[in-house]
Amino acid sequence: MAEMIPTPERMKRSQRPMPEQDPKKRVCNFDEVPLGYTTEDAIYEAQRCLQCKPAPCVEGCPAEIHIPQFILKIVEEGFASAYLEILKTNSLPTMCGRVCPQEEQCQRACVYNKMGKPISIGRLERFVSDWARKHDTKEKLPDSKKKSKLVAVVGSGPAGLTCAADLAKMGYDVTIFEALHKTGGVLTYGIPEFRLPKKIVGYEVDKIKDLGVKIVTDFVVGLTKGVDELAGEFDAIFLANGAGAPQFMHIPGENLNDVYSANEFLTRSNLMKAYKFPEFDTPIKAGKKVVVIGGGNVAMDAARTALRLGAKDVHVVYRRTKEEAPARAEEIAHAEEEGIVFDFLTLPVRILGDEKGNVTGMECIKMRLGEPDESGRRRPLPIEGSNFVMQVDMVICAIGTAANPIVARSATSVQTNKRGYFIVDEKTRATSREGIFAGGDITRGSATVISAIGDGKKAARAIDRYLSSGGSLRKSKK
Amino acid sequence: MYKIITKREIAPNIISLEVAAPLIAKRVKPGQFIILLVDERGERIPVTIADYNRENGRIRIIFQVVGKTTAQLSQMNEGDELFALVGPLGNPSEIDNYGTVVTVGGGTGIASVYPITRELKEAGNRVISIIGAKTRDLIIMEDEIRKASTELLVTTDDGSYARKGFVTEILDEVLQKEKDVKKVWAIGPAPMMKAASEVTKPHGIETIVSLNAIMVDGTGMCGSCRVTVNGETKFVCVDGPEFNGHLVDWPEFMNRLARYEKMEKHSFEAYRKVCGEENG
Ligand SMILES: Cc1cc2nc3c(=O)[nH]c(=O)nc-3n(C[C@H](O)[C@H](O)[C@H](O)COP(=O)(O)OP(=O)(O)OC[C@H]3O[C@@H](n4cnc5c(N)ncnc54)[C@H](O)[C@@H]3O)c2cc1C
Ligand SMILES: Cc1cc2nc3c(=O)[nH]c(=O)nc-3n(C[C@H](O)[C@H](O)[C@H](O)COP(=O)(O)OP(=O)(O)OC[C@H]3O[C@@H](n4cnc5c(N)ncnc54)[C@H](O)[C@@H]3O)c2cc1C
Ligand code: SF4
Ligand code: FES
Repeated sequence: MAEMIPTPERMKRSQRPMPEQDPKKRVCNFDEVPLGYTTEDAIYEAQRCLQCKPAPCVEGCPAEIHIPQFILKIVEEGFASAYLEILKTNSLPTMCGRVCPQEEQCQRACVYNKMGKPISIGRLERFVSDWARKHDTKEKLPDSKKKSKLVAVVGSGPAGLTCAADLAKMGYDVTIFEALHKTGGVLTYGIPEFRLPKKIVGYEVDKIKDLGVKIVTDFVVGLTKGVDELAGEFDAIFLANGAGAPQFMHIPGENLNDVYSANEFLTRSNLMKAYKFPEFDTPIKAGKKVVVIGGGNVAMDAARTALRLGAKDVHVVYRRTKEEAPARAEEIAHAEEEGIVFDFLTLPVRILGDEKGNVTGMECIKMRLGEPDESGRRRPLPIEGSNFVMQVDMVICAIGTAANPIVARSATSVQTNKRGYFIVDEKTRATSREGIFAGGDITRGSATVISAIGDGKKAARAIDRYLSSGGSLRKSKK
Repeated sequence: MYKIITKREIAPNIISLEVAAPLIAKRVKPGQFIILLVDERGERIPVTIADYNRENGRIRIIFQVVGKTTAQLSQMNEGDELFALVGPLGNPSEIDNYGTVVTVGGGTGIASVYPITRELKEAGNRVISIIGAKTRDLIIMEDEIRKASTELLVTTDDGSYARKGFVTEILDEVLQKEKDVKKVWAIGPAPMMKAASEVTKPHGIETIVSLNAIMVDGTGMCGSCRVTVNGETKFVCVDGPEFNGHLVDWPEFMNRLARYEKMEKHSFEAYRKVCGEENG
């Protein structure tokens, strides 16, 4: 068994880097890019942890993971109990370990962060959960007493899954309603295989089903049944339908044949497995010269997918600079290593095409940064007369998503703001209608997996309070 | 889960299926559609709900074999189960008592126009229906439409049955004769819907078409189905599928329908080869 090492030596060590697939090879496959820590890597990194009391890192974690405790168990090589320690508060550790922006969460709060070398909490989390999956560990949380109240969850993304899992752990009878034929939300249809393998998402969803959660797929709340109808059948409802409606730029040429929203492009590739066409039936175009519009994680995922589908030349155009780009630094770095070219301070004004609808180019204008705007970022301003045309044959628009109104329309007296997001109490996730709660992207706009998980946890707690104090949606009047 | 209860080939390569889908059967209204998946590797394809029975919980779909997925679907039998089925999607048709209305169905569009026709008549309208197909064998649902409408006119492109000519020619004649048509529904292949819209435009009669755009999710999440209507981008699955035909950007719509032509052909040919080998 490994042991804790003396503090001065701990402090001397630097962060253990993540082994990765070689950029030249990985652009030709859809396999995962970061390979994961070896046991030796994990122990080495875990030994650095100072076991702070109280631990500031935990404050930075919306999933409330007992961070020093699980890290200590890694040092002691008790990987199964490390997994159980995480599972107590987070039902999706394999995903969090891969896609959470730890640099802005737990690792930012870590005492080592001032020295620029926080503990790699995310990599350790991934190591532990991968270990558990590979060893098919049977470790389980103790069963709790079954309760008779029924809870409906709308959407099977990270917010819905977390809320359902937490409620099931408390003994509630939970049913998730999902519009698509597969569960996982953005984890399944948005984030590509090379960042989050789908069999892992499936594994984690199965674990949640093992807790007793029922999942009904192919059920569009608002069309198959409305929220109002569900309110007559369940004691409480959690709305977690995400913010999946793609936005466009409203520039000429946007409906040409080879102009995709990132959502369509990624859904075809990830959900429908179009990258395996014709083995799978859904087609996808593979442009030769592709340009992606946007600067977030979604743009990076679209650009890197286009490359793997066979594009020779992939550009990302973004109207501000690298510093303002909302994508994780790690994702921009991965994209750059793979040969993706970034055109910062560039704004598309028009997409050009022929009479058959094929894209032949995209006209852009150069930008410069002016005074800061409401978001505190410097406002990009066009430079008159700097227009130029990029020769491209495919355009992917990744400029963000908005609320889809289908769910809200079927929910009487659940208030939304003017952008269509549910208005909730920050702490309890309660909406304006008693017994109905909401969380994740449909309450915040496009955010993160971890904030969705945090919302799911808060809602589960509030729903438990509501139900244990005698509340029941189906017995109450509208 | 979604069991095929009955299957009938109602015309060469045109198949009618009744599927158990109680939740959908309970809520569906004319004009809405479903999306189905034949198997795990399949494509999500939209099909109009041609009929429904709220009591026994069944919906009926009618499709033509045009590519791999519809060919696979045509190989399924009574008792088999679809991998996925979701709906009812899209907005229902705006049914009201308008007075005199005309419904036009071309090819499998006849199936789509049927529930609308029936509902319009039940709402008190005088409904003149026009249905047409390439040739005699391909005329479907003639008896059902006759019962559902006030008056039925049938055409075939080759004159092998009833009147010779396109449905749009008959539509033109009807509009010359009938001076008080309030609204027209025209559903069928895109060129037919475009032509029908051109016929009605000089008469200034509102004309509703149901667009068969290429879809993925069918719930407003991808934008694959987008179309320009009156200069604005709309999503067929959530803003439609019915639109005012006079305002649709037809050239753009037809270009977008051909987006995956080459890959579809490839996939269909590969499938036929495999099936041919298995069967022969
Ligand atoms: C391409 C991409 C990459 C991303 N990368 C990262 C990343 O690296 N790190 C990170 O932290 N975040 C990332 N995000 C953001 C993150 O994925 C989201 O913030 C998060 O998934 C939101 O979770 P959610 O549970 O609120 O909603 P979603 O994950 O959107 O799930 C909502 C679910 O509800 C279903 N649904 C919608 N409408 C209905 C209805 N009417 N009835 C029934 N079900 C319905 C949807 O089908 C979906 O399954 C990324 C997003 C995208 C698109
Ligand atoms: C709202 C709506 C209602 C429809 N109702 C009916 C109906 O009642 N009966 C019927 O026979 N057909 C209907 N269709 C068309 C039907 O969806 C296509 O025929 C089917 O998808 C073809 O699939 P395939 O794999 O057999 O053929 P493919 O070889 O894949 O394609 C043949 C043609 O079908 C269209 N198509 C292909 N994939 C899709 C897709 N994912 N979504 C939409 N269109 C696609 C394309 O224009 C293509 O050129 C409807 C389409 C829509 C959008
Ligand atoms: S703050 Fe850093 S060093 Fe301290 S317990 Fe958390 S991970 Fe370990
Ligand atoms: S099919 Fe995806 S938005 Fe309409």
